[in-house]
Amino acid sequence: MRRIQSVLITALLLSTAAHAETPRDFLTRFEKEAGATASVERGGRFFASKQGSDWSCTSCHTERPTQPGRHVKTDKPIQPLAPAANAVRFTDTGKVDKWFGRNCNDVLSRVCTAQEKADVLAWLMAQK
Amino acid sequence: MKKRRPVLLPALALLIALPAYADRYPVPKNAPYQEECASCHMAYPPQLLDANSWRAVMNGLPKHFGTDASVDEKHRVPIVDFLTRNAGGGKTGVTVDASGKPLLRISETARFVRKHRELSAATFKRASIKSPANCGACHTGAAEGDYNDDHVRIPK
Ligand code: HEC
Ligand code: HEC
Ligand code: HEC
Repeated sequence: MRRIQSVLITALLLSTAAHAETPRDFLTRFEKEAGATASVERGGRFFASKQGSDWSCTSCHTERPTQPGRHVKTDKPIQPLAPAANAVRFTDTGKVDKWFGRNCNDVLSRVCTAQEKADVLAWLMAQK
Repeated sequence: MKKRRPVLLPALALLIALPAYADRYPVPKNAPYQEECASCHMAYPPQLLDANSWRAVMNGLPKHFGTDASVDEKHRVPIVDFLTRNAGGGKTGVTVDASGKPLLRISETARFVRKHRELSAATFKRASIKSPANCGACHTGAAEGDYNDDHVRIPK
C-alpha cells in the first residue's frame, strides 16, 4: 500500500513538473545543456539576423516580440513571443521543443544549439 | 390558393437550403488537427481535397510549401485518420494533377480554379491577400466554413 502511494506521488510530481513550467525553468535547462550562461545581447543579435536564409526570427515575430507578429508567408497573425506580453509562452515543453525545431530549421537549416536557445530566451525574457 | 401553401413552404425552404449547402465547408472538431495544422494558417476544410491528396500532404510535412511543419507520429497518425475520413472526392471531385498525381494544394484543384476564374493572378498577389491559400482574406466567414458569395469582400 505504502509502495503504491509513493509511486503515485512520484508520478504526480513528475507530471506536474512536466506541465507547469516557467520561462525560467527553460532558461535553466538550456544553460545547463550548454554548460554556459546566456547572453541577452547575443540573443538579440541572433533573433534579428538572417544567417544566410531568406528569413530571420523577426520575419514572423517582428523586432519587437512584445507586439503581435504575422507569418511572413501566410499572413496569419501570431501572438507575441515575449513572455511579458503573453503568459502562455515558454510554459509547455512539447510546444517549445516543437517550434524551436521547426523554426530553427527554417531559418538556419539545422537545429539550434542549447546556447542559441538560452541566448534567445534570455533576450525574450528581457523584453518588457 | 390557401390549400397550396403547405406544399410551397417546404419547397421554398429546400430551394434556399440547396445553394447554401454547396458553399459551406465547416471543419469538424478535432483537437490534434487544430493543434498541429492551424498555427501557420487557418484549418483548411478536409472536404476540399480527396483522401489521396491528404495522405500526400501528411507524408511531406518536414518540407511543407517551403517550411518545416513536422509533426511527431503520435499526432500525425490521428490527423491522417481525421483528414481521410472527412475528405472530399465525390461532390468536390478527385484532386489530381494532369498526370494523375495527387495535388497538395486546394488552390490548384480544378474546382477551386473554376470558382475563382474571374480573379486575376495579380489580385491574389496583393499585399493584403498574398496568396490564393489565404482564404480568409476574401471569405470573411472562412473560419466558420462559410464560402457564400454574399460574404466575399476582396481587399484593395
Ligand atoms: C516563418 C515564420 C516564423 C519564423 C521565421 C519563426 N517563427 Fe517562431 N513561430 C512561428 C509560428 C507560426 C509559431 C506558432 C504560433 C503560435 O504559437 O502563436 C511560432 C512559435 C514559436 C515558439 C513557441 C513558443 C511557445 O512557448 O509558444 C518559439 C520558441 C519560436 N517560435 C521561436 C522562434 C525562433 C527562435 C525563430 C528564429 C530562429 C523563429 N521562431 C522564427 C513562426 C515563425
Ligand atoms: C510551420 C507552418 C505550417 C504548419 C505547422 C502547417 N502548415 Fe500548411 N502551409 C504552410 C505554408 C507556409 C503554406 C503555403 C501557403 C501559401 O502558399 O500561401 C501551407 C499550405 C498548406 C496547404 C495548401 C493551401 C492551398 O490550397 O494552397 C495545405 C492543404 C496545408 N498547408 C495543410 C496543412 C496541414 C494538414 C497541416 C498540419 C499537419 C499544416 N498545413 C501545417 C505552413 C504550415
Ligand atoms: C482574392 C480573394 C479570394 C481568395 C484568396 C479565395 N477566394 Fe474563394 N472566392 C472568391 C470569390 C470572389 C468567389 C465568388 C466567385 C463568384 O461569385 O462566382 C469565391 C468563391 C469560392 C467558392 C464557391 C462558393 C459558392 O458559392 O459556390 C468556394 C468554395 C471558395 N471560394 C473557396 C475558397 C477557399 C477554400 C480559398 C482558400 C484556399 C479561397 N476560396 C480563397 C474570392 C477568393
